[in-house]
Amino acid sequence: MEATAVAREALPPSLATRPTLRFEDAWVTGSAAVAGPAEGRGPLGHAFDEVCADHLLGRRTWERAESELHRRALDRLCGKLGLGRSDFDLLLAGDLLNQTVASAFAAREADIPFCGLYSACATFAEGLGLAAALCAAHYVRRVAVVVSSHHDAAERQYRFPTELGSQRPPTAQWTATGAVAVAVEAGAVDRALAKVLAFTPGRVLDYLVKDPFNMGAAMAPAAADTLAAHLAALGLPADSCGAVYTGDLARVGVPVCEELLRAAGWSVQVRDCGSELYDPAHQDVHAGGSGAACSALVFAARILPDLRGGTYARACLCGTGSLHSPTTYQQGESIPGIAHAVTLERVARGNGRP
Amino acid sequence: MGRLRANPDQQRAFRRLVGRHAPPAPLLRNLALAFVVGGSICAVGQIFMNGFLGRGLPPERAGAMTAVVVVLIGATLTAFGLYDEIVRLAGMGGALPISGFSNAVAAPAMEYRREGWVFGVGAKMFTVAGPVIAFGLLASLAIGAVYVVLGLPLPK
Repeated sequence: MEATAVAREALPPSLATRPTLRFEDAWVTGSAAVAGPAEGRGPLGHAFDEVCADHLLGRRTWERAESELHRRALDRLCGKLGLGRSDFDLLLAGDLLNQTVASAFAAREADIPFCGLYSACATFAEGLGLAAALCAAHYVRRVAVVVSSHHDAAERQYRFPTELGSQRPPTAQWTATGAVAVAVEAGAVDRALAKVLAFTPGRVLDYLVKDPFNMGAAMAPAAADTLAAHLAALGLPADSCGAVYTGDLARVGVPVCEELLRAAGWSVQVRDCGSELYDPAHQDVHAGGSGAACSALVFAARILPDLRGGTYARACLCGTGSLHSPTTYQQGESIPGIAHAVTLERVARGNGRP
Repeated sequence: MGRLRANPDQQRAFRRLVGRHAPPAPLLRNLALAFVVGGSICAVGQIFMNGFLGRGLPPERAGAMTAVVVVLIGATLTAFGLYDEIVRLAGMGGALPISGFSNAVAAPAMEYRREGWVFGVGAKMFTVAGPVIAFGLLASLAIGAVYVVLGLPLPK
């Protein structure tokens, strides 16, 4: 049978009501990306604000190192914007560790009101969307969104001790090390790097994928579901949606998501942060990158610069997360997927501004 | 379950869709690497075995000493962060020899050292190798029971 016909059978029923939040006054005004060594060796290595030399950053544990990544990302964001931490009204942050300790422990020193987020690897898109909503509604003026992930901390928590030998299947993904901080503001059109146009929060979809070494497949239906709703709500023809990025569907999830989208009536070519963070020819990351930092690093190092440079007028980032834990997996539960979509628009610069 | 779980028809279609796009494991490459690396580890063990035998150790003692040496090599390579790289390439060729067992004990011992000697190293050293030990004991108990029930002479 033709692939699209199979995909049509697999499609979940669409929701009767589905919010897409549209924003008039929410702007991304800055970003800072701190990447791990492997990410620094990847194709975007030159575009990060800092590339760490090792995975410990002078700390004693992976978890402390991940918190340090958080701190450095936020510090660099403040530095780049010439702001102090007290200039932020709210910190929306998340990571992959149990109880999101990397964010919470970094927030100890941030001294900004803090709301912790968790959508696994979709946390960045969730944070960006919520920050834009809070700014656009003028509840807050300026929000910092910070996410991180750490390869070794995630390995140890989700899989095995880092030095344990194991051979992974080619569908497995590689958790990225890094942290990204983004500033979202209201009333900042003159300083904006991009406008946040719309945000569609996703629903949790479960297609009973049980293999944590094939998370791309587990998340693909959620990505297709959210993207179809998001693109429809934008009301633009498929060719004016600009670049459509998924978070970390990688080699298996991207074609599955594209088939599902086609079955839903959207023939869009999906780009994937997990596929663009590393160089698959020289870096053994199996199907591609993943982790909360994965989509955020590509957002800061490629999507945002490309938007500003005019490579495309709009870019949609559909963060994808698999909401399982090692406990649920060992207890035989399947992997629920989530996806949140945010679309950004280039800010037209007239009147002598670059 | 509510509608957020795909129904059986959707699941079936979805599995077919994923099957079209999931890359197969590079079986030949994996087999070849497992053969070469696993064989090399055994060859190293054999060299030590022959050495111990040549120095006049009885075969049983020589075998035990060889196991000690290969375990030491496995733990040392783990400490230097090399053994996981070997298994990444060679799969069972690296995991199955007793050096792999050594890696399975040394790796958690290193990883959980950060939680202290008692609740880290002591409690978690056998998180990976524990099942092998537990079920190995169970298997030897079962075999012992078979010997007793059938009245077989115990092997020396």
